Amino acid sequence: MALLEIKNLEVQFPLGRKTLQAIHGLSFDLDKGERLGIVGESGAGKSVAAFSILKLIARPGRISGGEVIFDGQDLALLSQEEMRHIRGNRISMIFQDPMMTLNPVLTVGTQMTECLKAHRDISDSDAKRIAIDKLAEVKIPSPQERFGNYPHQLSGGMRQRVVIAIALLTDPAVIIADEPTTALDVTIQAEIMGLMLDLCRDHGVALMLITHDLAVVSQVTQKICVLYAGRLAEQGPTRTLIAAPKHPYTRGLVKALPQQNVPGTRLYQIPGSMPTLDDVPPGCAFNPRCSFADDRCRREVPEPRQIGTHLVACHHAETVAAA
Amino acid sequence: MSDTDGLLKIDKLHKRFRLSSDGWFGAKGQVVNAINDVSLEITKGESFCLVGESGCGKSTLARTVMGLETTSAGSIHYMGERIDNMSDAARLPYRQRMQMIFQNPYASLNPRMTISQTLEEPLRFHRPDLSDTQVRDKVVEVMESVGNNTSWLSRFPHEFSGGQRQRISIARALMVDPEFVVADEPISALDVSIQAQVLNVMMDARDHRDLTYLFITHDLSVVEHFGTRVAVMYLGVVCELAETKTLFASPRHPYTQLLLSAIPKMDGSEMTHDRMHGEVPSAMNLPTGCVFHGRCPHAKDVCKTDIPTLRQVAGRQVACHFAEDTG
Ligand SMILES: Nc1ncnc2c1ncn2[C@@H]1O[C@H](COP(=O)(O)OP(=O)(O)OP(=O)(O)O)[C@@H](O)[C@H]1O
Ligand SMILES: Nc1ncnc2c1ncn2[C@@H]1O[C@H](COP(=O)(O)OP(=O)(O)OP(=O)(O)O)[C@@H](O)[C@H]1O
Ligand SMILES: [Mg+2]
Ligand SMILES: [Mg+2]
Repeated sequence: MALLEIKNLEVQFPLGRKTLQAIHGLSFDLDKGERLGIVGESGAGKSVAAFSILKLIARPGRISGGEVIFDGQDLALLSQEEMRHIRGNRISMIFQDPMMTLNPVLTVGTQMTECLKAHRDISDSDAKRIAIDKLAEVKIPSPQERFGNYPHQLSGGMRQRVVIAIALLTDPAVIIADEPTTALDVTIQAEIMGLMLDLCRDHGVALMLITHDLAVVSQVTQKICVLYAGRLAEQGPTRTLIAAPKHPYTRGLVKALPQQNVPGTRLYQIPGSMPTLDDVPPGCAFNPRCSFADDRCRREVPEPRQIGTHLVACHHAETVAAA
Repeated sequence: MSDTDGLLKIDKLHKRFRLSSDGWFGAKGQVVNAINDVSLEITKGESFCLVGESGCGKSTLARTVMGLETTSAGSIHYMGERIDNMSDAARLPYRQRMQMIFQNPYASLNPRMTISQTLEEPLRFHRPDLSDTQVRDKVVEVMESVGNNTSWLSRFPHEFSGGQRQRISIARALMVDPEFVVADEPISALDVSIQAQVLNVMMDARDHRDLTYLFITHDLSVVEHFGTRVAVMYLGVVCELAETKTLFASPRHPYTQLLLSAIPKMDGSEMTHDRMHGEVPSAMNLPTGCVFHGRCPHAKDVCKTDIPTLRQVAGRQVACHFAEDTG
C-alpha cells in the first residue's frame, strides 16, 4: 500500500452565485522514498492539490469529494488536533509563499526552535543546535548569526531556504515542496535538490515536488503528474513522459522550453491560454488550444486511460504519441 | 558609449545593512556588506541581466536604483541626473518613468484592493488627465497584453495562484508606460508556457515602446534568450560583465563557469552536483582578497590577499587575477 494516496479529489471555491471547481477527480499516490513531480501551467491547481492533502483549503473553499489516505489513515476523519500532529511533523510542506511559514515579527531562530519544541521533547540548547545545523545544510551563510535575523533581513532565496530548513527539522516521512527553488540560483538549487535526493534515497522520505521547471523535475523525480485546469492530463515515468509525451499539452510544455528555441527569437508558446475556472469549455479543457481537437473533444471530457506506462486523458493519445 | 546612450549609471556603489542589536545572538554591531563597490552602465534599449548567487545583492541593487533603499556610498545617475540623493518631490517623475516588478508576487499586491483598483491606482496618480473610460480601456489593454483574463479584474489577490499574481504585477508595472523597468525575478514563479508568453510580451514592449530593462533572474536559459548584456554578481561584487553571447560562449570567471555548468539538463540524467564544502562565504564576514577564493579551483595565494578589480580580458570585463588562464 502506498504511503500517501489521493483518490478522486474534488475541491471547490464558491464565487458569488457560481462555484469554481479547482480540482476534478484527481488521483495519484506516493510510496515511501518515492519522488513525484507535479507540473502544469500557472493556475492548474498544483498548490490547491497540495493544500488539500494537509486540509489547508481556506473557507469558503472546501474539499467536496475524494479521499486522502496517509499511512493507512483517512485524513478526512482526523480531528484538527490529530491533523496538527501530522502537519509540519510527519508531512512537511514547503509553501510557495515563504511568508505562509515565516512570521515577520519573530526571528528565524525563535521560529525554528518553537517548531521543534512543538513536536519534540527537547531542550532549548539542543533545539538551537539542530536549527543551526539545518540552516547550514541549506547553505545559509553565517548560520549562527542568521539564526538571530528577522525574515525581512534575508534575501528572497535565503527566506526560501529557511522555509526548507524548517520543513526538514522534524524528519518528516513526506515532504510536499511547492516551487521550493524558484528564488534560487542554479548552484544553490543543486545543493538543495541534492539534499532532498539524499533524504529520499537514504532515509526513505517521500517527495512531492511541485514545480514549473521541467529540467528540475526531470533530474529529481521518478514519475510526473501533469495537471491542466484542475484535472490530470498525463502521468508517467519521468523519462518517457519528457522524451515521449502522449498528451498534446505535455508536448507543448516541452516545446516551450527556452533550451528548445533559438536564442533571441520569440519562444514557442502554446496558442491561447488556459481557461480560467469560470469559463472552462465543454469537453476536454485543452481543446481550444489543441491541434488534434475534433468534435468529440469539444463534447466529451476525456477520462485518464492507461497507455503503456502512462495515464493519459486525451481522446487522441495514440495519434499524438505517433506524431 | 556616448553620454546620450547611457540611461543608468551606477558608480562605486556600496550598501551596508546594520543589524539591530536585539537579535538572539547578541547581533550587536553586525553589518551585512550587501554591495561592495559596484559600477555599471545600462544603455537605452538594453535588456541588461543581473545574475548571481542567492543573497549576493541583486535585489538590494535593484531597490537602491529605485530609491527604495539609501546608498552607503557611491552614486546613481539616470539620464545624466543624479537620483540617489534626490528629495521625494524631485524624485516623483522618476516614479513613473522607472517601474519595478518585485521578487515576491505574494507580498507586492495589496490584499484589500481588487485587481482593477491595483492597476488603476498608478495610472490615476501619474495621469490625472485621463478620463475613467480611458483608464479602464488601458487596464483592459495591458491585462490582455500579458495574457491575463479580464474577468480577474473584480477579484482579490488571494484568489489567484502565484504565477497569476506575478502576471498581475507585471501588468501593473506596464500600466504607466515606463521607460525603464527593473524586474526582480519576474518570471521565476511562472511555468514555461506562461514564461514564454510573458518574455515575448516584454521583448515586444522593448522593441515597440523603446523600453530598457534591468532584469534579475537566476534562470540562465532566460538570460541567454532575452539578455543583451549580463553582469554576474557574487557576494556583493560584479565578477564578470559581458555581452550575453560572449558570456555563454566562453565564461571566464570561475564563478560564471560554475554557474553555467550547474544548469539542470534535460538529457534524462539524474542530478549530479559537486557539493560545497565547509562554510559558505558570507556577506557578514567577507572573505579577504577575492570573494570567491574559498570555492575557486584556481585560487592561489594572491587571491586570498588582493581584491581583483574588473578589467578588460578577451572582449569582456572580468574580476579575476587569472582571467587570462581560465579560458
Ligand atoms: N481562495 C481561492 N478562491 C478562489 N479561487 C482560488 C482560491 N485559491 C486558488 N484559487 C483558484 O484555483 C486555481 C488553482 O490555483 P493554484 O494556486 O492551485 O494554482 P497553481 O497550479 O499552484 O499555479 P501556480 O503555478 O501559479 O502557483 C486558480 O485558478 C486559482 O485562481
Ligand atoms: N533590510 C535588510 N536588513 C538587513 N540585511 C538585509 C536587508 N535586505 C537585504 N539584506 C542582506 O543583504 C544581502 C543581499 O540581499 P539581496 O536581497 O540583495 O540578495 P539577492 O541577490 O536578491 O538574493 P536572492 O537571489 O536570494 O533574492 C543579504 O545578505 C541579505 O541578508
Ligand atoms: Mg501554486
Ligand atoms: Mg532577491
